[in-house]
Amino acid sequence: MSTYVSDAPNAGGSAGAGAPRQPRGRGRRSSPWTWRWGDRLVLVCAWTAGLALCAIAAAIVIYMGYRGIQYLRPGLIFSRPSVSTSQAGSGGFLDPVLGTLLLTLIGVVLALPLSIACAVWIAEYGRPSWLGRMVESSIEIVAGTPDIVIALFGLAIFQLGVLGPLSFRSEGGGVYGRSFIAAGAMMSLLALPPIYVASRDGLLAVPAHMREAAFALGKTRIATIRRVLLPAVRSNIATGVTLGVSRIIGSTAIVLLLLGGLRFDTQGGIPGLNVLKGTGSALTSYVYENSPAGEGAAPQKAYAAAFLLLLFVLALNVMVDRIGRAQANYAAAGAVV
Amino acid sequence: MTPEEMVLDPFSFAADRREDDSTSERPLPLTASGDLVESLAGTVPPVRTIVLDRPPTPARPQQQREAVRLAPAGAGPERLSLRDVSVSYADKQAVKSVSLSIHQGEVLALIGPSGCGKTTLLRTLNRLTELTASASRSGDILLDGDDIHDLVDTTLRSRVAMVFQQPNPFPMSIFDNVAFALREQSRKRPGRRALEPLVIDALRRAGLYDEVADDLDRPALRLSGGQQQRLCIARAIAPRPEVLLMDEPCSALDPISTGVIEQLIGELRRELAVVIVTHNLAQAHRVADKVAFMYLGDLVEYGTTNEVFEEPRAYASRDYVSGAFG
Repeated sequence: MSTYVSDAPNAGGSAGAGAPRQPRGRGRRSSPWTWRWGDRLVLVCAWTAGLALCAIAAAIVIYMGYRGIQYLRPGLIFSRPSVSTSQAGSGGFLDPVLGTLLLTLIGVVLALPLSIACAVWIAEYGRPSWLGRMVESSIEIVAGTPDIVIALFGLAIFQLGVLGPLSFRSEGGGVYGRSFIAAGAMMSLLALPPIYVASRDGLLAVPAHMREAAFALGKTRIATIRRVLLPAVRSNIATGVTLGVSRIIGSTAIVLLLLGGLRFDTQGGIPGLNVLKGTGSALTSYVYENSPAGEGAAPQKAYAAAFLLLLFVLALNVMVDRIGRAQANYAAAGAVV
Repeated sequence: MTPEEMVLDPFSFAADRREDDSTSERPLPLTASGDLVESLAGTVPPVRTIVLDRPPTPARPQQQREAVRLAPAGAGPERLSLRDVSVSYADKQAVKSVSLSIHQGEVLALIGPSGCGKTTLLRTLNRLTELTASASRSGDILLDGDDIHDLVDTTLRSRVAMVFQQPNPFPMSIFDNVAFALREQSRKRPGRRALEPLVIDALRRAGLYDEVADDLDRPALRLSGGQQQRLCIARAIAPRPEVLLMDEPCSALDPISTGVIEQLIGELRRELAVVIVTHNLAQAHRVADKVAFMYLGDLVEYGTTNEVFEEPRAYASRDYVSGAFG
């Protein structure tokens, strides 16, 4: 009895004084071979489905990575495209990359205030309740609408003569309804639901006594929202924005219908605004046009652009993951939730 | 079956168990002398074991905590005066015609079993009950002679501050937590330089400044539970309120932090009136000058701590303070 271990009755004994015990792993469990057929089938299906999904994801990333590394050159990203029937003469895809970034910017700038205001209204006011339910289901409808339908609707809106100054015009003054403003506005409808849902859920998760604490300090409801609640849900909003951005950069239909060019094509004379009013392209439409299914002129460049798009999406996924983890840390840091 | 038959006979049950044991052919480990206790010492683990493979750490003798009551500070002017205050949620009356008087320099403890209306009464004093749509109030509550119904809610709540059960600092820095309470709802927000002395003063009065002085820009959520609660107190007393309401401020804290906050309450009551809701009778006994015992919405007994704890007049309060129900 030289150590304190041996005082414990289960640590010493016949195994020899003080000898560390071997870890024994799992105990005996029931074997699937003794299970009912239905249970066995579900087990096999679950494993197969999981592994198949992994295989599909890996196949996409590996194939696009292979093609991308094969064809993607820095020169392609930094050179402008040109209309050509041959692959060699079609240039790079600087314009689509910038177009995607511009669309994302417009979409987020439009969607962010709208969706946060909406989430605040639902979570903090939400009365009368029938109006609250109506707002909720309206957003669900927007979230469920396919982007081609949104695009078509946008085209109908922006072809109205009143909105003519916002989009590209033909020589004779006819309104095309195509511009970065038009496409970005419709893109904001894609980004709105994820930002709204994330902010609303964040606000609803803030405990009621946090609000009461602010009220008890003599603060108004709106001051509480601005100074306490919105800072508390910053990371939720960031997650929502990231999800919204990945929807925007992945949308093809809106770009095809509402932008539908290749190079930046300006409209009007005011610098900056002429780009917004003009047309251009995004990575998705570029991939479509250059793929064998589109004009088919430059499949290699389609692969390169698709790889770049995939990289963007993967980067966004990592960001969502990071933000989610930061959120967990925030809770672990002592936030009373 | 009559109820008598349904009751399990403990003796027959024990006999069954013994029969079970004998069938399993495991004789009790009796020694030759038949000394059951000694033989059990070999099979049953000892109650207290040390299972670390290193010499024992000498523990310091247990700290002698001051269990004495706070010395009375002497009653000051009357701050809050309640006359026939009743509060109902929809049809249910939660507080029934309570009249009380709350003085500066005194701690009033509201005690009583769960659901007796003490928290509702507390939240009525700064009109937080108005956040509940179904709540309605009758009777008069006067703050320094003014009916609180006629005061603007934000003004009232900066004069009658509140600390909650859960420490709930806002997700911002320590400095901003206190400064948030001081900033008026005006167009021009006072800058950091103007606020700093006030913030430091509030932190000092809450007994937190020495622990956080090195970095006031640290996120408040990094503080420990007890520090967070003292930050909430600092935040509440920063605008120099006249009354401080505390809703079970120590129920989420450990005994040491609780002791610190109780000391703090004793110091704070010199400058303001304190109303504390507590489930902890020992705490009420330690910190309170006056105790109000509530039961089913009624104010059953109200008097000095000694009166209510030592010689309660009502049966309900006598049973409650002696621990017969809770």
